[in-house]
Amino acid sequence: MAKITFITADNESITVEGTSGSVMELAVNNNIKGIDGDCGGVCSCATCHVHVEPEFVAKTGQAEELENDMLEFDDLTNEYSRLSCQLQVSEDLDGVVFKVAK
Amino acid sequence: MLDTANQVCLVIGASHAGVNFAFNLRKEGWLGEVILFDSDPNIPYHRPPLSKSYIIDGDLNSNLLKPLESYKKDNITLKLGVKVSSINRNNRTISIENKGTQKYDKLVIATGARPFIPPISGIDSAANLFPMRTANDAIEIKKAIDSSEKKRVIIIGGGYIGLETAASLKKTGASVTVLEREERILARVTAPVMSDYFMELHQQNDVQILTNNNVSFIKTENGLNTIFCDNETSFEADIVIVGVGIRVNTELADTAGLEIEQGIKVNEFSQTNDENIYAIGDCTFHYNPHYKRYLRLESVQNAVDQSKVAAASICDKQLVYDTIPWFWSDQYDVKLQMVGLSNGYNDVIVRKEETVNTSFSVWYFKDDALLAVDAINNGKAFVLGTRFIKGKQKINKTKLVDVSIPMKPTTFL
Repeated sequence: MAKITFITADNESITVEGTSGSVMELAVNNNIKGIDGDCGGVCSCATCHVHVEPEFVAKTGQAEELENDMLEFDDLTNEYSRLSCQLQVSEDLDGVVFKVAK
Repeated sequence: MLDTANQVCLVIGASHAGVNFAFNLRKEGWLGEVILFDSDPNIPYHRPPLSKSYIIDGDLNSNLLKPLESYKKDNITLKLGVKVSSINRNNRTISIENKGTQKYDKLVIATGARPFIPPISGIDSAANLFPMRTANDAIEIKKAIDSSEKKRVIIIGGGYIGLETAASLKKTGASVTVLEREERILARVTAPVMSDYFMELHQQNDVQILTNNNVSFIKTENGLNTIFCDNETSFEADIVIVGVGIRVNTELADTAGLEIEQGIKVNEFSQTNDENIYAIGDCTFHYNPHYKRYLRLESVQNAVDQSKVAAASICDKQLVYDTIPWFWSDQYDVKLQMVGLSNGYNDVIVRKEETVNTSFSVWYFKDDALLAVDAINNGKAFVLGTRFIKGKQKINKTKLVDVSIPMKPTTFL
């Protein structure tokens, strides 16, 4: 079980609990605004863009090449950008805070 | 503020368009009832994985568009396994087979499309013959594969559905042959260089693809099919999959007197010629402002984007449909991402990156205007292509083809 917090573009903070699946799915299942996951989680659409709060970067690890390629030229990208479909919910992510990019 | 508390919004079709619409309608502030109808009895699911991962792992629950609790939480009613038989515009009701009528204030048609089964002699009596469109199709295909001893699969049609299914079934241990009528696969949607690439990819993975093979009839004896082609070749098949395109589900709209032209005709707000009736997704014939023409699309992107536009319009907010179409396909470990519409191109630039793993992109131009990009294992080209097409950016083709110049937003200008 992991408690994960999303902060939306209108500064609403929502904490939800998850045990499996991706962070994108967790957000979609909880109707988090700004995370659509249109492609279903196959790193094809970049509609699940989040910024990891800096203190949690060690917990989320690094993006792989395709994910980086999808993010590199996005206007909303910064050094903390991730596509949440590529992050798996596990106890390792307990307490992590994500800012929704859009 | 629009008073919606006592109003009813009905949605016919609960797939990508219909389901996204229902949740978007709530986000836009609709307070009244929202009821989704679909003849498919399964909890609404993602369709693209059906031909990709689903026939391999078979777990529909990990594939839902939304979990059931989300519908409850947003007070969206799902009526699944029921068939809507007519739309009665004069008294604003729909008729539901064996279940009476239901009144609406706003109606959204998201009926999508169904697989086209070509009129091939013997096709109706063929054994283990399936289309690939619904969860049930995928379940039935998986069952047939699992219970077949020889697992000889013939796929009729070398489009994306056929090719993705071929790649997935190969992983289950089947022996797979794709029969394509045209002289190359993906002929309708890509340049020859892409057809050649995918042809080779499938051959490397031991899937046989035979072009110029038009199926003329099927003979079935004791559960074994023999597929005969015009060119007098024949193939034995335990399982046959048909992927030769779709027919749009416009009948309900047509009978109700809504304007039809290739699909249900809608304006920039996804509204039909009846102001209380909207249509979204694969079933629509809609205007694309970027390409300046009406078109019909079979894609998740279009379903999702039109669902947003219709929800906003119904809640009195003006959001205009103005997007560049995009698509994706996964075959083996290759990721194909496509953006734009290449129809009418007269010049193609192929850019091959100098990387260990295959990575290239195909840029379709009409004269100097970039129309579309196909990106193979190349997310950068997909994202940049999207940006260039949107911005109507003029591109220096000599620089684009030169792989010593890195792919950046400004390097090809």
